[in-house]
Amino acid sequence: MLLIPCPWCGPRDEAEFGYGGQAHVPYPEDPTALTDEEWARYLFFRNNPKGPHPERWCHAAGCRRWFNAVRNTATNEILAVYRVGEPRPVIV
Amino acid sequence: MTPQPFRLPDGGRISRGAPLAFRFDGVAYQGYRGDTLASALLAAGVHQTSTSVRLGRPRGIFTAGVEEPNAIVQIEAPFPEPMLPATTVELYDGLVAGGLPGQGRLATEPDPARYDARYAHCDVLVVGAGPAGLAAAAAAARTGARVILADDQPEPGGSLLGTAEIPDWAAETGSELDAASEARVLRRTMVFGYYDDNYLLAAERRTNHLGSQAPSRLSRERIWHIRARQVVLATGAHERSVAFAGNDRPGVMLAAAARTYVNRYAVAPGRRAVVFTTGDSAYCAALDLAAAGVDVAAVVDARPEPGGAAERAARAGIEVLAGHAVTGTSGEPRVASVAVRALCAAELTGPAREFAADLLLVSGGWNPVAHLFSQAGGQLRYDAGLGAFVPDGCRQAVRVAGAARGVFDLPGCLADGAEAGRRAAEDAGFTAARPLPPTSAAGSAERSAPSAHLWVVPGPDGFGTHFVDLQRDVTVADLARATGAGLRSVEHLKRYTTAGTAHDQGKTSGVLTSGVIAQLLGVEVAELGTTTFRPPYTPVSFAALAGRNRGVLHDPVRVTALHDWHLAHGARFENVGQWHRPWYYPRDGEDMAAAVARECRAAREGVAFMDASTLGKIDVQGPDAGDFLDRLYTNMISTLRVGMIRYGVMCRADGMVFDDGTVIRLAEDRFLLTTTTGNAAAVLDWMEEWLQTEWPDLRAHCTSVTEQWATVALVGPRSREVLAGLAPQLAVDACSFPFMAWRETAVAGIPARVCRISFSGELAYEINVLPWYATALWEALYEAGRPLGITPYGTETMHVLRAEKGYPIVGQDTDGTVTPQDLGMGWVVSKKKRDFIGKRSHLRADTGRADRKQLVALLPQDDVLLPEGAQLVAGDRLADPPVPMLGHITSSYRSVALGRTFALALVRSGRERVGERLYVPVGEELIPVTVTGPVLYDPEGARRDG
Ligand SMILES: [Zn+2]
Repeated sequence: MLLIPCPWCGPRDEAEFGYGGQAHVPYPEDPTALTDEEWARYLFFRNNPKGPHPERWCHAAGCRRWFNAVRNTATNEILAVYRVGEPRPVIV
Repeated sequence: MTPQPFRLPDGGRISRGAPLAFRFDGVAYQGYRGDTLASALLAAGVHQTSTSVRLGRPRGIFTAGVEEPNAIVQIEAPFPEPMLPATTVELYDGLVAGGLPGQGRLATEPDPARYDARYAHCDVLVVGAGPAGLAAAAAAARTGARVILADDQPEPGGSLLGTAEIPDWAAETGSELDAASEARVLRRTMVFGYYDDNYLLAAERRTNHLGSQAPSRLSRERIWHIRARQVVLATGAHERSVAFAGNDRPGVMLAAAARTYVNRYAVAPGRRAVVFTTGDSAYCAALDLAAAGVDVAAVVDARPEPGGAAERAARAGIEVLAGHAVTGTSGEPRVASVAVRALCAAELTGPAREFAADLLLVSGGWNPVAHLFSQAGGQLRYDAGLGAFVPDGCRQAVRVAGAARGVFDLPGCLADGAEAGRRAAEDAGFTAARPLPPTSAAGSAERSAPSAHLWVVPGPDGFGTHFVDLQRDVTVADLARATGAGLRSVEHLKRYTTAGTAHDQGKTSGVLTSGVIAQLLGVEVAELGTTTFRPPYTPVSFAALAGRNRGVLHDPVRVTALHDWHLAHGARFENVGQWHRPWYYPRDGEDMAAAVARECRAAREGVAFMDASTLGKIDVQGPDAGDFLDRLYTNMISTLRVGMIRYGVMCRADGMVFDDGTVIRLAEDRFLLTTTTGNAAAVLDWMEEWLQTEWPDLRAHCTSVTEQWATVALVGPRSREVLAGLAPQLAVDACSFPFMAWRETAVAGIPARVCRISFSGELAYEINVLPWYATALWEALYEAGRPLGITPYGTETMHVLRAEKGYPIVGQDTDGTVTPQDLGMGWVVSKKKRDFIGKRSHLRADTGRADRKQLVALLPQDDVLLPEGAQLVAGDRLADPPVPMLGHITSSYRSVALGRTFALALVRSGRERVGERLYVPVGEELIPVTVTGPVLYDPEGARRDG
């Protein structure tokens, strides 16, 4: 059970959160301008790194806000959390 | 009184004044409070508890704790419980149990006991109340840190409970912690799981040891959910065996277990013992047994030079055979004699000697209990000096102290524990103000010799009875067969041979298995490694994990404001998500089919009404609400006029239908959406996700108002008459109040929003009122409609009526692979909007294929009611497998209006197949069906305005 530091509420049990997959995959400005392959990449392709991974989380049973977290997928450490619109922090 | 021939005349931590009667395998016995079932059986002279699961060999009590591989029992009374180690069952009066060869039986009656859960936070959690754990907990508590000390035994002391002299400070430290305001001692509590961020689960056995005397007000077991800043694992070590011929016979026991039976339970596990050891610790067992009057025939030590402990044994008159090994046992079923030969450089030499003995104690070394550490993500390292795996690094805030990290002497454990506790408290932000009291145990001046690491004793006749895993009946021969077949990884060998996969999860056999495999492969144990440990450390009952979340508390049940009326009028209910919805309302003597036929007829021919309050409702407000909804729905919403209603469909970005419902425009900047009943929360989440993560600049806000409105659907050609009578201010004619319009008016004097929406094709109204008016509205409609035969109807009738019209239900007729176009609803997809969620996907080649599965209706021959989920095939004979499938049935009903059965189906190129004959395999039969368009009833839509 991760202890996830919601940037609005502070540390809360993982059970309060919903997972939203890889962060920083913006909805394309003009989807019709994309080829089928580019659109398929937006829809279906996500990174699967072993190590730091920026992810979207939603504090669904709390403040109901979406935010981003960098989680190490190998150790489950949450290395940083930041609000929507804030830049991805540099993880050293 | 039943004799206890092996009970020692004095000593032990049992209450001789509290005799307890119990039965095992049909025989009556007696033991004492403080016994385990295992110690009481041994006191009666019972070693064998069952036979083994695969080979049916007699097996006896092998250990004195949770690591027990053999003595697995079924409790029969007071309440049946399967597969408990007899070594962990505290004896109580009236216990009835039996031995189990491998598999238990769950109770068939409901468990009357209560189970519950607690959530706790602490600065330092200490697991294990042996010397190291007690020292750690005391050191941490003295800093003022909040400490929880959890231990599976009824009293603190750990391994000391099995020694001859347990120092007073163990109980004193326990009392000190009990008295400390910020410390909590959890006895009979097994920490079984270690998860991320120092979240640990523990099972507390609160009343199990009281049997039928357990007060019903107390929960039997409690699951503790503990979040700890710092964890100290003082989980001790398990002794392991050595693989030699016949090492599984009843009467073979781990040396420290025998010592525990003598000292803690005042039981002699036999009359005449041989001790086989690879290290010093077994000499303590030999001396304690001798002091208790057991005749110790010999200590067989695999080490050529055993050191001071052997000298002490020799001085006590015990024969020590250095550089020897036990080569076999005989006796039926229990050990009667033990064969010994000299062992030199892994070869047996010299003549064999036989010792008559009914007890053979074995000590093949000690395995630190690193299970929780490994669960925490910690790495284990093979320590060649110890001949065992010890904890190495871990990213979590955890320390390991005492025997759990290979410190085996008492002063070392006390110092190690105190240090770990102090540093854990400091890392949690506390200061160790007072110096630690000196440890009270003195070190021994005795010259100790290092342990030998002996995994297998050779022959004499193969390795077929050299057992490694007693519970799975895995022998050295089995491991040799597996390595001979080419397996190399310890994980593969475990799965191939099943070693370590039983109820005990290989607690006594895991390291031995690794050692034997390493020897077979000619590699170092360190190179081979060990298997991964996963929770739970010991089995946990489902009842305990479920806790109070059983029966009606398992999942919240949602009911509408009209629920009591439905109950009072005999409704049968069905579950839709968490909602309890009226399914149909049978009258006297009616079955479901008759009730649904009557309800359908009322809706199509007269007037009927249903409780539609469970529809999800979302209020969307803000200057950009229209723009926002245009992006969400496939059709245009922003052009909707205030006062009007529009049906809409939402897709996922992949173009597949996600939800459908109506949108009401309440004001220029305010809309009310309805969603399908089961999807309300998902739709709100979906809207929030897009608003927050993609379009934070849009000024729009969403609020769930599902429970703020009660909704009654009034349906049928005569519904207008009923409404007109109750809403005198409302112009109800089709011109003044057209289809897909809404009006605010009083209905039966109640403020209401009336919508002209139909989910049946008939003239219909949805009347929305505040929920506390719901019953008054409903009863007024019932009264006013009675002369017209108004009929309440449930979800089944609603389904039949909508299916006759070809209206799909999202989630029943769709499955996440269906586009609006597949449903024949291209009309709901805007061509004008620049974009909406899913639009780009509708342009993909795949979504444009002509042979996609499309929604059609099916008319079965001979009025058969087809099963939902059935497949569709071409041809009246099944092709050879794999049979090409053309689609499947999504909805199937009997229709009064059509006078026949019908079905909806998703069929490959369905629209092109209209008129074709297909077949539905049902059992051995192929039922012919004719494909038609999905709208079977009133395709012209003539009935909408009544
Ligand atoms: Zn929050």
